[in-house]
Amino acid sequence: MWRHHDLAPSYDVVIIGGGVHGLACAYYLAQDHGITNVAVLDKSYIGAGGSGRNTTILRSNYLTPEGVVFYDESLKLYSQMAEEFDFNVLFSRRGHLTLAHTDGAVRTMRRRAEVNRLQGVESWLIGPNEIKRLCPALDVSEHPRYPILAALYHPPGSIIRHDAVVWGYAAQADRRGVHIHQHTTVTGIRTANGRVTGVETTRGFIKTGAVLNATAGWATTIADMVGVRLPIVTYPLQACVSEPLKPFLDVIVVSGSLHVYVSQSDRGELVMGAAVDPFASYSLRGSLAFAEGIAGHMLELFPALRHVRMLRQWAGLCDMTPDYSPIMGLTPVEGFFLDVGWGTYGFKAGPISGRCLAELIATGHTPPLIFPFRLARFYERDLVGEKGAASVGH
Amino acid sequence: MLLLPCPNCGPRNVAEFRYGGEMHPRPPAPEAVDDEAWTDFIYMRANKAGRHREWWYHHRGCGLWFLAERDTTTNTILRTYLPAQPHGS
Repeated sequence: MWRHHDLAPSYDVVIIGGGVHGLACAYYLAQDHGITNVAVLDKSYIGAGGSGRNTTILRSNYLTPEGVVFYDESLKLYSQMAEEFDFNVLFSRRGHLTLAHTDGAVRTMRRRAEVNRLQGVESWLIGPNEIKRLCPALDVSEHPRYPILAALYHPPGSIIRHDAVVWGYAAQADRRGVHIHQHTTVTGIRTANGRVTGVETTRGFIKTGAVLNATAGWATTIADMVGVRLPIVTYPLQACVSEPLKPFLDVIVVSGSLHVYVSQSDRGELVMGAAVDPFASYSLRGSLAFAEGIAGHMLELFPALRHVRMLRQWAGLCDMTPDYSPIMGLTPVEGFFLDVGWGTYGFKAGPISGRCLAELIATGHTPPLIFPFRLARFYERDLVGEKGAASVGH
Repeated sequence: MLLLPCPNCGPRNVAEFRYGGEMHPRPPAPEAVDDEAWTDFIYMRANKAGRHREWWYHHRGCGLWFLAERDTTTNTILRTYLPAQPHGS
């Protein structure tokens, strides 16, 4: 679906990171702006990082107006993707339930519902009877330690096949002339007089005036190469799937209090994720503490699953920022752009951030949709506090 | 299971501890630094892939705050020790 190329001596744009974000940016540079002399570099195979490790949940029911409009644009691009690419990405609109187990959580859900509706996003509060109707397997009784009081219902919430999204963008970018270089590690970035002049890689030097850092887990390592400091701390996040079961769960269920989110894939596996690990690390090693924790919490929600076995578990790296919002746009180094700090919410934002970064790189103007997420916000005391909306209590 | 050696209690399950983040010393004279330097202190982090120094708190144990040197790519603990100064060193 995409070809192998020799490394060209120069490119107009070099994108570091061959995940959904980097490949989407390459695609929109070519599709929207006619810029095709673009290289996407990945130190592994494309989609090996966060793009292949997330739990594929798409939604736009965030807490801040900035977040809601941004993620909603992404959800729209995802919903049109199969048609646009003529490629089945298994997009599946499921409906999304964020459970509230405390009065405080109910209050937050109510506020999110109002913020969402003001931005034209379908989202409202429902009680236990309606929850039971949408998801009969959930225990909505008062027996659990944290009974379910209400839920934020977000009908547009969807899942998609994440690998197919990566392959779709890669194939479409390749068709338009973008070079995808897998197993190509960036070892340095050259600058002169405060602007980017090239990228050093394990396969040779590339001359370029525009570099996009679209990595997760290595965002600070790459930014260090040009002396840009980031407010990022990298944490692993673990997820797992169960053995395949007959279809019984057609909604996506999230519980912030219990640190669990779950959906059932088309193969019948329950795809389950948790909060980030309790300490910062770049290690992708799984832990028994995670497996025990998520199994216990799943059983509080779905007691009938007590005989179900876990099939596999894995970890991905999450670049957490202080305000739980990403960092996109310009840096003090001319020609060095950021698409980083994607914490636990990067996959769902891939299409729209790719499109906005492509516009910024092509035109030099920051699209209004991503302006709130600039790096300078930390120096201007203009943070975008998204903590209350993160699907898992951090 | 990752074992973290508390300077008081010896090696204990990491679940007993709370992570306190990487060590980034406070400016010696906070009133003398400008807004940019203060922002750097509050928000910016080295976030190093490799050996770095960090704070830990023995939350479910003796209640001690201490420093550890850890390789963040392997989670190998190289040493744990008490800070020489209150804000670490």
